[in-house]
Amino acid sequence: MNATFIEYVVFFSAAVMILGGAIGVIAMKSPVHAALGLVLTLFGVAVQFVALGAHFVAVVQIIVYAGAIVVLFLFVIMLLGIDRTMDLQVEPIPLQRPLALVMGVGLVGLLGAAIVRARDSLAINPGTGLAVAGENAGHDANIQQLGASLYGDYVFALELASVLLIVAVTGTVLVTRRWPRSAGLGDGGQGGSDQ
Amino acid sequence: MIAVIEPTWYLLLSALLFSIGAVGLLIRRNPLVMVMCIELMLNAANLSFVALSVQLGNIDGQTAVFFVMVVAAAEAVVGLGILVSILRARPGATADDLAELKG
Repeated sequence: MNATFIEYVVFFSAAVMILGGAIGVIAMKSPVHAALGLVLTLFGVAVQFVALGAHFVAVVQIIVYAGAIVVLFLFVIMLLGIDRTMDLQVEPIPLQRPLALVMGVGLVGLLGAAIVRARDSLAINPGTGLAVAGENAGHDANIQQLGASLYGDYVFALELASVLLIVAVTGTVLVTRRWPRSAGLGDGGQGGSDQ
Repeated sequence: MIAVIEPTWYLLLSALLFSIGAVGLLIRRNPLVMVMCIELMLNAANLSFVALSVQLGNIDGQTAVFFVMVVAAAEAVVGLGILVSILRARPGATADDLAELKG
């Protein structure tokens, strides 16, 4: 089945959103602008998820990433007051930027070569095992299938994930809390904070 | 039968996104932006998971995305908590200044 024109339009618009947001994250001087670029990327990925028919994952992407994690980033930026621009010209290690760019181009080249080479082996009957809403199942088919998988095959991993979240939240509260006795510990480390 | 665009396109987009995140992790010095770059790389992995899940007709890829999101949320919470406590003691510290644990 060939892709229609409108599907290509959706794909490439979302791809432009994703890549533009990603470049914004690494190129913007202000951390607030970087966080907004991250929002753009996350929404673009959510659009791709919807286009792929993974509706539940798309909604979770919006709620968890754009709704919770980015707000957490912005909250930390505002809380610490570090939303001033940083000088991007400072290069701590000589040649770090050129080497990083070479590594990035090499990574794209290697991954792209592997993907293009593996193209033929991917061309097996697409989507036959998935319930697609509106085609071969009801409107909540994707959620039902994902739920059956999560609470069937992966129920142990799901419980471990809940334990992980509880431990992460508790640990963060412990790390972030200002204990009365250790209030003076920060005085010794002031020397290295000059910019 | 929904993904009529070839998965190769999605995988190439995912590779580009991952590489941008990796380059950003190497060139940025603000630890907050570095955590954002890690989120970019996790999203690239999620995109390829979903594309291959749809192409191969197997729901396990989307289940993996769910767990990646859980781990990403936990990682962001712990990383930002550590950053808050570090930056409260030393405002404006970059990743290069945080070498106190080095032996």
